[in-house]
Amino acid sequence: MVCAGPEGSSILYIDLHLVHEVTSPQAFAGLREAGRKVRRPDLTFATLDHNIPTAGNRMAIEDALARTQVEALRQNCRDFGVRLFDLDAPEQGIVHVIGPELGLTQPGMTIVCGDSHTSTHGAFGALAFGIGTSEVEHVLATQCLVQKKPKSMLVRFPGAVGAGVTAKDLILAMIAKIGTDGASGHVIEYAGAAIRALSMEARMTICNMSIEAGARAGMIAPDQTTFNYLKSRRFAPQGKAWEKAEQDWSTLQSDDGAHFDSTVEIDAAQIAPFVTWGTNPGMAAPVTGEVPSPDRATNESERNSIGRALAYMGLQPYTRIEDIAIDRVFIGSCTNARLEDIRSAARVVKGYKISSSVQAMIVPGSQQVKHAAEQEGLHRIFTDAGFEWRESGCSMCLGMNPDRLKPGERCASTSNRNFEGRQGAGGRTHLVSPAMAAAAAVTGRFVDVRNWRYKD
Amino acid sequence: MQSFTVHTGIVAVLGRDNIDTDQIIPKQFLKRIERTGYGDVLFFDWRYDRSGEPDPAFPLNAPRYGGASILLAGKNFGCGSSREHAVWALRDYGFRAIIAPSFADIFANNCLKNGVLTVALQPAEIAQLMARDSAGVCRLTVDLEQCQVSAEDGFKARFAVDAFTRICLLEGLDEIGMTLKHEAEIAEYEQRRQGFIQAQ
Repeated sequence: MVCAGPEGSSILYIDLHLVHEVTSPQAFAGLREAGRKVRRPDLTFATLDHNIPTAGNRMAIEDALARTQVEALRQNCRDFGVRLFDLDAPEQGIVHVIGPELGLTQPGMTIVCGDSHTSTHGAFGALAFGIGTSEVEHVLATQCLVQKKPKSMLVRFPGAVGAGVTAKDLILAMIAKIGTDGASGHVIEYAGAAIRALSMEARMTICNMSIEAGARAGMIAPDQTTFNYLKSRRFAPQGKAWEKAEQDWSTLQSDDGAHFDSTVEIDAAQIAPFVTWGTNPGMAAPVTGEVPSPDRATNESERNSIGRALAYMGLQPYTRIEDIAIDRVFIGSCTNARLEDIRSAARVVKGYKISSSVQAMIVPGSQQVKHAAEQEGLHRIFTDAGFEWRESGCSMCLGMNPDRLKPGERCASTSNRNFEGRQGAGGRTHLVSPAMAAAAAVTGRFVDVRNWRYKD
Repeated sequence: MQSFTVHTGIVAVLGRDNIDTDQIIPKQFLKRIERTGYGDVLFFDWRYDRSGEPDPAFPLNAPRYGGASILLAGKNFGCGSSREHAVWALRDYGFRAIIAPSFADIFANNCLKNGVLTVALQPAEIAQLMARDSAGVCRLTVDLEQCQVSAEDGFKARFAVDAFTRICLLEGLDEIGMTLKHEAEIAEYEQRRQGFIQAQ
């Protein structure tokens, strides 16, 4: 915190500002109009991810509007001295995948980006949150933001998850329990044995979806898992600086008995793989469950919401989740497109072919993830099974680029939002883990991946 | 920034909960590099049918809401993506204030930066306003100086607003300019706290 701001607010210094092509052009334009410059280009990093193609010649974008936006970011980065990881750079990827993998994301930092899934970086014990374009301009100009202290929420997951249950299932179970506005106005701290046992990549999946419960940020206290992940990454401190950093970061934990404004506890051992059935991420059920009926709603607003969601999704009440057939599979996004996600899907797919009624694609989160997966031969497992193996980007998570659902198509997706039209107008999205998506690709419907017959 | 003090206008009702920013403005309209010109695509997928014609079943297309400048909606309005384009679309369409039981945090912040006032009322007050709408379109006055929503027939509801937000809106302040007045403190902070990003 730099100093107290006006009317009870605080002026918060921003340690890392990540920028992408969609939410930044108007911010740079604002700087130009006011004759301002970027205060800390050395703390500002840009990449292209949201509307870029994931196939073909990526340097020649056919969509004229998308091309204009990409060109605008290139020009802005040149004019203002900001480092850009362009489409031909080995560092290119989804902004929330590359920050951590380059070692830019570090414990104790304040991190912002014009993207709501900035909460991902909280997995390192950073305070990371999404902002709008006006605030992007504010940070570019001042490296600060005017903020009010948020409320705090502790979400504890005691117990150990069963085999086949992933971080995605933990977070979907939480959102189903507290609702899509259950954590509005709060920053969440995730804790408990099940969180401690997670890898960094799995922790990122959890923190990524904090915003789907309404929390701008979610965080996990750094520990040895965090330090092991960061050590020797490109922008991480080296030598003596590393020792000092690790010492600092080790202190970043909530005090024993710290007060939280609210607390939620969920037994990790009781959680099954989750599948969303509706049009927001809180509308989710265990794979062993069924689609609800509006008749069981406790109030009229909920009854209307369920009714509308089922009509949009083309589902009948009481349909078993395992009886829902799918047309498309998308494995990708800032939620689930890291190397472990791809390994987990590959293990399921290995030795199988995808269903003849399914079209499936896998979009690695970054060029580094893509190359690491190829080093392990994982791309062959997917292409042999009938998947398309693509270049890195946000792709069909939001369908700004050509990767989109057609009206009525039903998709098992590892992304983060199942809103109406999110993956394409009229498209129907079911959010699942990478292993669940891979199993659905093979069988053509949802199955409980805990019973999968692995061929390895 | 455009200031907000007192505004009187017609209230359009969109009685759904959890209206997300993907509905307010779908992704295909986020590719422009300007800050204005989004009014025609507000609620695009709900507002127009597949052939591009206005869908008469969508509330905002009803003639009774012509010229509406206040939007009344269900809880958690503006959840999801941080796209400020959602606010630009609402503003360009002509909305100056949005009334709902609750708002998503990033969306509410974005509204403030664009002179659009978010007014959170109690669920019972929202229900009352929705019931009045069934009887006939209502006009409301939203007064940020008094922190009060009122109608000519005597309806009154108080709302809370953060002090800093209120001052910024009332005076239409340039927040960047305000922060830059703290240049000395920012520079001092930068000296004191060197980060751990490895320079290269």
